[in-house]
Amino acid sequence: MSSSATMPQPVSFGRRVKRFMADRPLVPLIILLILLVVILQILRPGIVNERWIANTIKFAIPLAILAGCQTMTMLTGGIDLSVGTVATMSAFIMATQIVSQDPVVAFLLAMMPAVLIGLINGIGVGVFRVHPLIMTLGTSLIGTGCLQVYQRTVIASGAKIPDFLNWLGTGLTYGFPNALLLFVPLAVLIVFTLRRTGFGRLLYAVGDNERAARLSGVRYWQVITALYVISSLLAGITGLLYIGLIKAPSLSLAEPLVLPSVAAAVIGGTSIFGGRGGYTGTIIGALILTVLTTLLTILQMPEGARRILFGLIVLFVTAAYLRIVEER
Amino acid sequence: MTTSPLLDATGVAKNYGAVAALRNASLSVLPGEVHALMGANGAGKSTLVKILTGAIHADAGRVLIRGETRDIRSPAAARRAGLLPVYQEPSLIPDLDVLSNLRLTGTPVEPFRAWVRELGIPDLDLRDTARDIPLAVLRVLDLARALAVEPDVLLLDEMTAALPANLAEKVLEVVRRQGDSGRSVIFISHRFVEISALCDRATVLRDGETVGVVDIVPGVEEKIVELMLGARIVKTKMAARPTGQAASTAASRPRLSVRNLRVGTKLNDVSFDLANGEVVGVVALEGQGQDELFAALAGSIRPSGGTIEVDGQGVKFTHPSDAIRAGIAYVPGDRTEALAMQRSVHENIALPFSAALRKWGPIRVHKERTVVASAIARLQIDTRAQGEVQRLSGGNQQKVTIARWIAANARTILCFDPTRGIDVGTKQEIYKLLRELAGLDKSVLFYTSELEEVQRVCDRVIVIFGGQVVDIFPVEEADEPALMRAAYGLPRGVTADVGILADPTSHPSQTPEAAP
Repeated sequence: MSSSATMPQPVSFGRRVKRFMADRPLVPLIILLILLVVILQILRPGIVNERWIANTIKFAIPLAILAGCQTMTMLTGGIDLSVGTVATMSAFIMATQIVSQDPVVAFLLAMMPAVLIGLINGIGVGVFRVHPLIMTLGTSLIGTGCLQVYQRTVIASGAKIPDFLNWLGTGLTYGFPNALLLFVPLAVLIVFTLRRTGFGRLLYAVGDNERAARLSGVRYWQVITALYVISSLLAGITGLLYIGLIKAPSLSLAEPLVLPSVAAAVIGGTSIFGGRGGYTGTIIGALILTVLTTLLTILQMPEGARRILFGLIVLFVTAAYLRIVEER
Repeated sequence: MTTSPLLDATGVAKNYGAVAALRNASLSVLPGEVHALMGANGAGKSTLVKILTGAIHADAGRVLIRGETRDIRSPAAARRAGLLPVYQEPSLIPDLDVLSNLRLTGTPVEPFRAWVRELGIPDLDLRDTARDIPLAVLRVLDLARALAVEPDVLLLDEMTAALPANLAEKVLEVVRRQGDSGRSVIFISHRFVEISALCDRATVLRDGETVGVVDIVPGVEEKIVELMLGARIVKTKMAARPTGQAASTAASRPRLSVRNLRVGTKLNDVSFDLANGEVVGVVALEGQGQDELFAALAGSIRPSGGTIEVDGQGVKFTHPSDAIRAGIAYVPGDRTEALAMQRSVHENIALPFSAALRKWGPIRVHKERTVVASAIARLQIDTRAQGEVQRLSGGNQQKVTIARWIAANARTILCFDPTRGIDVGTKQEIYKLLRELAGLDKSVLFYTSELEEVQRVCDRVIVIFGGQVVDIFPVEEADEPALMRAAYGLPRGVTADVGILADPTSHPSQTPEAAP
């Protein structure tokens, strides 16, 4: 125990920077994003152009919406691993039902499994207190199974991608991806919900201290059930958007997005233990992951090495970010 | 004594943010000494102990063990240096049997067995899972485990709390012998009887500073109390307040009427009324059923019998929200139970507003800000660190938990030990606030572990012992000795002294049998 002065000292530059970052956690994220783009430009001069940016945004949007599901559930100390399955189900059902049904009917049919799985998740977590990880993993497996059964019944009728989804997923208007028409209102809605509505406040409160929320009169199961239904609905919508982007319905369409969506939320500064975080960080987190993927792709490494590098970078970024932002 | 101290800590300081838990603490323990560490709640005892045992780091200060500077960076380092603590909470891993627990810490089994027998438990099976062993025995096992590795300095935190008399006696005997054999013991206790029977010297902490080291001789209690309280020994008389106001409203229907309330085995047959504009104190020793009483009234647990009436209407609470709808708010004693620590002061105060399903929509920011600001102003909450409640001092956190219900305009407030572990100034503010609330025709049920608060705040006081209401005092008669007697279940009018200022000579059975 060396004796050290406890007197207030002139604040060092490093500490000032740290405090600045702690007050504005978005700043280091944006710096990192710009840094990645600059590295990309150096490695492949000329790659960063209008088309590339539009493309990156297009691919980041489905990830960002799913990461929104993770952000909201993680705020309560939960997680939603069923988003991939839900998105796949809605996309697959849409693509197969549109062949024979009216678009509105097909849409409603496509959203049905989303509502159902969300409801089951919510009741399981909120009422029966199953751990969200297990609960959503379970419903995800069940959903995948159901989808396989469903596939056999429609195998003869074939599938097609509705023109509207095609336009939304891949189209550009004045150089801007059409998907922004869906995403911007959605993002504004999520941010508004988290910051300025009673429901949003309860998500933070429940995740921070469930007992305190209970003593304030909050009924946990109501909040959790509503949350997982909303999360599933968002995942369902993402599925429709994603099928317009990928254009190939399959049984594991959105599955590869699940873990990156968790990573995007964590990189964006949302605590997996609940009570802390927000959606704006998550959006930047999703952009960072998308740019990182591009970066690793152009390095022309073998797939294995690319994954190892991706994992390492995600770990490093998250650890570094927490060190910068958390002033303890 | 000319021997050099075994343990010598000087100038130890520790800050938590802006709050200084320890300013300048020192503690010097001689070989062969049983040394008491004393201080009121929040004086810094537990912080000092944690620093000495490596659980936390000091910001400043020096610790010498046998004259050498030691940097105690972890509990393991403290152990190597010969410092071993026995904490209040049992430290055996519940899912392992005793033997595995011993292996885990590398404790030799035979000495452990010998100590366990010595401590008055002849028939312990080492294969028993720790979970199945009663709490009192677990504490003794913790002690035996510490003794078995023959530490130079043994640190006992409230060792005899929760022990039945026969075990406590054995423990004290062993502790005394430990001192006689040249080892040292640091003994933390609130019980003067034990300290006077056991200890050689006492170090007294107040507000994070060592304010005195005294030899334990008969009659030293007054001196110690004086040191612990400092200037506060001059009792501020309770402010004169009209006591007639409660009487006038008592005639009308009571706000809260509890009849024959039972909760499991903890609370039997409790009945009382709480009038409009009245502050009723609840006094009880630890674990006499007061926790269950408050939890039942707050809707946290369901009573197993009896009735609760609010304004003459029978109510059944299945969730705290039911109680809140009936205008009953609960301020728990443990602030970490009531606050979302990472959220702002504003959000914490406004939390009940959003609880109901129909309030989940957009927040009316402006209106809410006005209500919250007036509650903050009312309680004079220091809002310099309002971004996160966890950065606030304990007193300010407590104010937030109360402000929440003032903002929500609750008519009945259940305060469970609201002044525990907060500074004197804030305590005074809370007393004043509770009186003001009563003046606004709100009703307060106020459990306190500090008896002197009763006369400052309450109109009446009910005393609970063994899950039953044993007495109801008007405030004029509720002085500390009377309350203390009642809390120990003694009938009113008995003159035998109990409690902290008891004369040690009246307990001859606990004096050490062989003085060195």
